[in-house]
Formats: sequence, structure tokens, C-alpha cells
Amino acid sequence: MNKNGSVGIVTTKYFTFAEPPDPLVIESGRALSQVILAYETYGTLNRDKTNAILVAHALSGDAHAAGFQEGDSTPGWWDVMIGPGKAFDTDRYFIICSNVIGGCKGSTGPSSRNPLTGKPYGLDFPVITIADMVEAQRRLVDHLGIEKLLCVTGGSMGGMQALQWVASYGERVRSAIPIATALKHSPQQIAFDEVVRQSIMADPAWRQGEYYEYGQPEKGLAVARMIGHITFMSDQSMEEKFSRKLKNGQYNFDFAADFEVEGYLRNRGDSFVRRFDANSYLYITKAMDYFDLSGGRLIPNGNVLPTRFLVISFKSDWLYPSNQSQEIVRELKMKQADATYCELPSTYGHDAFLLEVEEQTTLIRHFLDKTFNGYHVASDNGI
Amino acid sequence: MASNGIRLDHRIICRIVEPESRVLDLGCGNGDLLYLLAREKGAKVQGIEVNDSAIYECVKRGLSVFHGDIESGLAEYPDRSFDYVILNQSMQEVKKIDWLIGEALRIGHQIIVGFPNFALIQARFMLFFRGKAPITPSLPYCWHDTPNIRFLSIGDFRDFCREKKLRVREAHCLGKKGIIPFWPNLFALNAIFVVTK
Repeated sequence: MNKNGSVGIVTTKYFTFAEPPDPLVIESGRALSQVILAYETYGTLNRDKTNAILVAHALSGDAHAAGFQEGDSTPGWWDVMIGPGKAFDTDRYFIICSNVIGGCKGSTGPSSRNPLTGKPYGLDFPVITIADMVEAQRRLVDHLGIEKLLCVTGGSMGGMQALQWVASYGERVRSAIPIATALKHSPQQIAFDEVVRQSIMADPAWRQGEYYEYGQPEKGLAVARMIGHITFMSDQSMEEKFSRKLKNGQYNFDFAADFEVEGYLRNRGDSFVRRFDANSYLYITKAMDYFDLSGGRLIPNGNVLPTRFLVISFKSDWLYPSNQSQEIVRELKMKQADATYCELPSTYGHDAFLLEVEEQTTLIRHFLDKTFNGYHVASDNGI
Repeated sequence: MASNGIRLDHRIICRIVEPESRVLDLGCGNGDLLYLLAREKGAKVQGIEVNDSAIYECVKRGLSVFHGDIESGLAEYPDRSFDYVILNQSMQEVKKIDWLIGEALRIGHQIIVGFPNFALIQARFMLFFRGKAPITPSLPYCWHDTPNIRFLSIGDFRDFCREKKLRVREAHCLGKKGIIPFWPNLFALNAIFVVTK
């Protein structure tokens, strides 16, 4: 076995569905036609099609979760977790990752061409929800001929999709691993998202979302991303990474970036503008704000689900704090679901789900092993 | 069942638990007991444990466990969610005993309580003749590093059950190698009680 290897060179595939006259009717009641989902797969689907794992990405993620695209030097966003011998072991499992609808990385979103007008949707794109994202993924999973998923997983918004899968199609999900996520967005989370949206919409270059002929609202989108990055880190990780270090060793006595943390945020903001559509940022943050599976909606009808859960949170994550994961856990206990909860020690803040590889790998590998094989498997630490 | 490697108290509890039962272990440690119950009795097991590394060990064995302290982790369970709620070697570390046992009996049909016997003869000798806080095989800690905050004897727990009108279904008093048939309050290291309302 290639221990901790890479899945190698990968290519993104595209699945088109909801051809007229059979559009995708979304939660708001509106309809979308000719929906495209960009997706990648890693590993091999077994004959019984029982080893498929759906990985859902976070706010600014994409279908490219692992390996390298031709000519690229940086791997996919969760390459540390997906590959031969890794947490999501591609020697054993078939991994699927798709870009969400509303996104801008190959799936249908506000920057896509509206088939009715031939122009980008802009704000004509309907407001979508996490449930709509899951509905689109369900079509892809059907298209791949998979009846039951071994696991649905993801961090942050990816975790919301994992929970939504349970709520919408629990009988098709053998296990779920929601990481650093919540059953619903809190007012604090909605507030951050609102500031993010306002900073985009306040940029005159946004032009009510009709900017595609002119270029992105760069200033607004960059500030939006800077706010995001502050919430993804912890005060401790910022102290460790930047402290009060100065870029030039002294104060400039002007409003250029004196501190390294300023430079970092500006840099992140600027590079984000080159890779992400401003309108997608509006739509996706809105979808997260609407997300609410509290009040018994996660596991409806008092059903006892066959789904197993591994809920993971991180101590220093203040954007999706542990008490939100514990709320998920409380819901699962109430419904007597088979669940494990673990709060991992980390100083990385919300970013930890992308960075804390070792502990997550230990937990996820064994959890999947048990889900796939039951108790009586000889694992490296088994009895 | 082979006794080699398996703790005496775990073997006793494993004998008590009916096959295919639903079991919740409060303070399940690294999951030795739950793993035994899952394998030997086909029990549907769940644990609550506060220690980080113990939680990892549990997950490695495929056990379902909640990371947290046992006093804050019970309220959500519906009544009678479990056939057995186990408090083995964890009750002596708990503050609100009365409340905890009440909760355990709400969510479980029966509770299995295992605790070290403070009235063991060695403990009595150590206190009486040497004038020192007792250290015994079942209470191996020094006064300054013990996690225990409750020190009780088998007799004390019987009194407690009588006072709270709890029914003692079974009581097993354990020495180093087996059951202590005579004067258990004097000679038993540990006791395991099965209690119902």
C-alpha cells in the first residue's frame, strides 16, 4: 500500500441534469434548468457499490479535494485527508466531491450562463439553500448508480451538507462525519455573513450583481474575504503566526500595511478576488444563514436511523464553537442515534479541520473501518 | 470466558449484563468494558468519557463515545433509553451523586455501580495504627493526587440505597482474585451493585 500518498493527477468531470421540461425545483419554489455539477472522484467504486464516500466542501471550496490537476503545484483542498493510506483511504473507498450549486467552480451558479438569456444569471439566479445543494448532489449520486453512501462528510458548510443529507435522505447514509459545524447558524454567524455581504454590495463595482462585463467588485470582495479569514483563525494562532511583527521592522506612519497580519489579510483578500465570484459569495453565505435543522428536523418523525455519526469540533474554534457541535450531539442522543463526539485540542481555530490531520485521521479511519466492517476487524490497534 | 487479561470487575459485570442489551457506561475510560460487552454479549454500547486520549482509544476500537463529563451529558437521553447504565469506578469522582444516580435510573432500567471499598481492613489498619490516609490496591492514590472525592464503604452504599428506597438486585464483593464470601465490608477491595428503583 502506498502509505500517505497522493491520488496523483486528477481531472474534474461534469454532470448535467434537470434538462427541460424537467427542471430542478428548489426550496424557494423556483426552478433551475440545465444544472451542471462539477465533480471529482478518487479511488474505485467496488462491485456492490458500498464503499462510496461523499465529501462536501466549505464556503469557498470546490470539487477539487485531492490530488493535482495537470500542471498545478498545489493539491486539492483536503489532500491531507484523502488519498492512499490517509483518513479517507482511496485504496479502500471511492470518494466523490462536487462543487455546490450556487458556486463558481464549474457548477451552476450566479456567474453561469442563464439558458434563457444567454447571459450570466447575476441576481436572476434563485437563492438556494443547503437542502438544494444536497438535492443536486443526490442527483449526482443517483447518476453514479450508488444507492447507499458509506459516509457523507465535510467541515463547516460541508458539515451542514452532511447533516442535511441525514435529514433529507437518512436511509441512504450509513454514516455521517460533520466537522466544525452547527445544526443552525447563530445570530453571530449570520451577523458576520451580513457584514461580508454588505462589504461586497457596498462596492460600486458590484453594480447590483451585473458586473460580469466589467470585472469583479474587487475591493468589496477582498474585504469580505479578510473578515472571513479573521473568523477562521484564533487569537492564539494569530499570535503565533504574526504576533505584532512589522513588515519593514518599523512603523511607516501611514496607512500602508505596517503589521504582518495586515499584509496577510490584504494578500488573502487580493488572491481571493482572482479565484472566487462575488455573487457566489453572497448566495452561499445566504444558504448557510438559512440553514436550520434544530427542533427535531435533523432526524424527523422520531425515526431511529441506521446512520452512525462521528461529530468533531475543535477547542479554539470560535466561529463554529464546540457548543454548537454539542447541540448536534444532544439532538442525536435524544433520537438515540449511534453517535460519537470528540472535541479535539487545537489552536488553529475554525481552520483546524483543514490542518489538524493526525487526530482527525485516527478518529475517521477507525470510525469508517467500523462502519464498513463492524467490530471484528483486525485494525492496527485492535485487540 | 477466558479470565486472562480481563479484569475481575469487568468479568463480573459481563456476567450480569443480558445479551443484546443497550448499555451506557459513564466514565468508560479506554473502553475495555464496553468492548468486552459488545463482543461477548452483543450489547449495543455507548460511553461518556472526559479524557482525550481515552476517547481516541475507544474510537480505535469502534466504540461510540461522547467526549465530555458525565454530569453534563445525561439530560438529553429519553427515559429508559438503556437496559443498563454503568458507573464503574467513576461514582467516587462525582460531585452530585444523588442527582447522578437519579438520572442514571431515569435513563436506564438498572444501574451497575462499582466502587472501591474504603472500609477494607488494610485501610482501617493504616488509618488506626499508622495514622495515615489509606492507600490500598483499589484506592492506590496519595491524598494529594487522588481523583476521588467520595470515600465510602460497602456498608455505606447499602445504607444509601435503603435511605433512597433503591432496590439492590445483586451485590458482588470482590477481592484480588475472586468473590469475598465472608465479611465483605472488611475484606473486599471493590463492590459491584446492581440497583433499580
